[in-house]
Amino acid sequence: MVNRVVRKNVRRRPGGVAQTAAFAVCGRFGLVRNPAARRLIMSDSDPPGEERFVFECDQLDLLLAALKKHGYRVVGPTVREGAIVYDELRSAADLPVGWSDEQEGGRYRLLKRSDRAHFGYAVGPHSWKQFLHPPVRRLWQASRTQDRLEIVPEKDDPPKTAFLGVRACELHAIQIQDKVFLRGGYSDPSYKARRENAFIVAVNCGHAAGTCFCVSMQCGPKVGAGFDLALTEVVEETRHYFVVQAGSEAGRQILGEIPHREADVSERTAAERIVSRTAEQMGRAMDTTEIKSLLYSNYEHPRWESVAARCLTCGNCTMVCPTCFCTTVEDVTDLSGKHAERWQKWDSCFTTSFSYIHGGSVRPSGYARYRQWMTHKLAAWIDQFGTSGCVGCGRCITWCPVGIDITEEVQAIRSAAPLPARENEENHGNA
Amino acid sequence: MTPRPKPKLAVWKFASCDGCQLSLLDCEDELLAVAGALDIANFPEASRAVVRGPYDLSLVEGSVTTPHDAERIHQVRRASKYLVTIGACATAGGIQALRNFKDVRDLTSMVYATPRYIETLNKSTPIRDHVHVDFELRGCPINKAQLVEVISAYLNGRRPNTPAHSVCIDCKRRGTVCVMVTGTPCLGPVTHTGCGALCPSYHRGCYGCFGPMETPNTASLAEAWTRAGVSNANLLRAFRSFNASAEAFRRESEAHEN
Repeated sequence: MVNRVVRKNVRRRPGGVAQTAAFAVCGRFGLVRNPAARRLIMSDSDPPGEERFVFECDQLDLLLAALKKHGYRVVGPTVREGAIVYDELRSAADLPVGWSDEQEGGRYRLLKRSDRAHFGYAVGPHSWKQFLHPPVRRLWQASRTQDRLEIVPEKDDPPKTAFLGVRACELHAIQIQDKVFLRGGYSDPSYKARRENAFIVAVNCGHAAGTCFCVSMQCGPKVGAGFDLALTEVVEETRHYFVVQAGSEAGRQILGEIPHREADVSERTAAERIVSRTAEQMGRAMDTTEIKSLLYSNYEHPRWESVAARCLTCGNCTMVCPTCFCTTVEDVTDLSGKHAERWQKWDSCFTTSFSYIHGGSVRPSGYARYRQWMTHKLAAWIDQFGTSGCVGCGRCITWCPVGIDITEEVQAIRSAAPLPARENEENHGNA
Repeated sequence: MTPRPKPKLAVWKFASCDGCQLSLLDCEDELLAVAGALDIANFPEASRAVVRGPYDLSLVEGSVTTPHDAERIHQVRRASKYLVTIGACATAGGIQALRNFKDVRDLTSMVYATPRYIETLNKSTPIRDHVHVDFELRGCPINKAQLVEVISAYLNGRRPNTPAHSVCIDCKRRGTVCVMVTGTPCLGPVTHTGCGALCPSYHRGCYGCFGPMETPNTASLAEAWTRAGVSNANLLRAFRSFNASAEAFRRESEAHEN
């Protein structure tokens, strides 16, 4: 929860939040560099406490009930259309119980598990951004009467929403979007309202997909900070339980309303072992050494031709990316011309209209568009927001219809290009 | 002050099934508003009362397949201030452009008892091959909401919101799970959006009814279909349908002829 930090034993707030950085919040036409942005920290919540608690699996419904009692709509993973998507949950039975997934470049399949794990799968096609930064939203309406124009602002009253099953990479993605929408002097009121109304139940990953590489991006699989409650699911032959950690006062309060007890050493160890085992199962890896200078010094590289030959410029990678945030606006009128509306929609740097300025699109080729997306995501993002735009969730790899793999593309550029001298880095501001 | 006369609308039919122009009558909720904003002056599907031209806005459906139509389209152009083509026939030649891959004489002799009475062109061609077109609205059939948007944009002197990107972006906006990645070959990544991403929302692959998107990489998609086990013959059929003669789809279908 944004800015809702009320832990009793307030420890250090690492770094503090730099509010002075004012920069463009969109990668559309290149980037505004601001060194202050680098001072931004990953999360503005406190480091969570060391206490661990335990509740049994069949009490998960009590957690949902407690959240609902506090007025939260609960959204979380559920099986639909052959995938695990995020939607409203009526009860724990709506979770993908006993399901897992198999993911590769351009390929996703559901698989049955041999146990009844509730969270035994990796991230699917949806991300939480659809709830915090809706894909389509009306911004305002206007009506024309005889002699005047009346602007009607959009009433935005988002429901209190609990996100159940937020993974470590997704938590990082939310924190990255916080920087985009809330920092830098201008904040997006719609995002802010939704973010403040969110309760986050994180889950430590017990399964890594073939396209996961959060370890490389230092974004998982262990949940760090920025949650209200964090669960680790432990499925044993004779017992099925959750080890719980509270990350906020609100989390502690909800936990206090369901039966739980302090975790013993064996339970804590079991939970730790699960997440460290997942860390060893990463399907992919990305070497991020000097990645900014690597990409800034390779605007011209034969690999961009190769990826452009494969790239469909369909925009799927940007749509599924949990940090991509760009939007377009559409103005519509009715037939009478008396009523107009402005709508905001998710947009993609892979469309030609995205970079359309007087005279045409400045990125007409797939070469230019893929290079823009990847260089922004992995390099220019660091200058712009003080962090990489990639959390290693692997969605852009799985959901690319032709399986273009960002880790493979980085490696190809790296292996065919000697590392540039560091001083070159500062001379390449724009992607 | 006398009110400004309403702009005169004409709807013209060339080689087509009438489905697109019927989208206008299908508008139901908006139909009265359309009739209120425009003088429906020449629309034989709606009324026998025809008002003489010239017309402010002409909607042209269908492709040019006969010598007679090749002349008639010039008359339509001369009578129209603003000419909008609607549907896959008018914008790409339509399903009847399948003849473009054969010799039309072989086809007429198969279809008609006395083919010598048939006067037809060897190819079915889009309207823009014959006259200047002010705006093209894609689809087989067109989406009626997009038709209302185009008329509304015309009446209000603005650009219509009819993006040319892939269907995928609309699938993602509506939260539809990608059918291609979950195992069903789909033309969505190379197809022009506009239908609202209809077929994937019913777990079907996109059929490409709206023709090629702005920058279609059909070769790469065809490779992915091949990897998924789709035969060359089926790849040819997929690209050779309602928009068979649209440049990108035509080239891709020809690449799978053998």
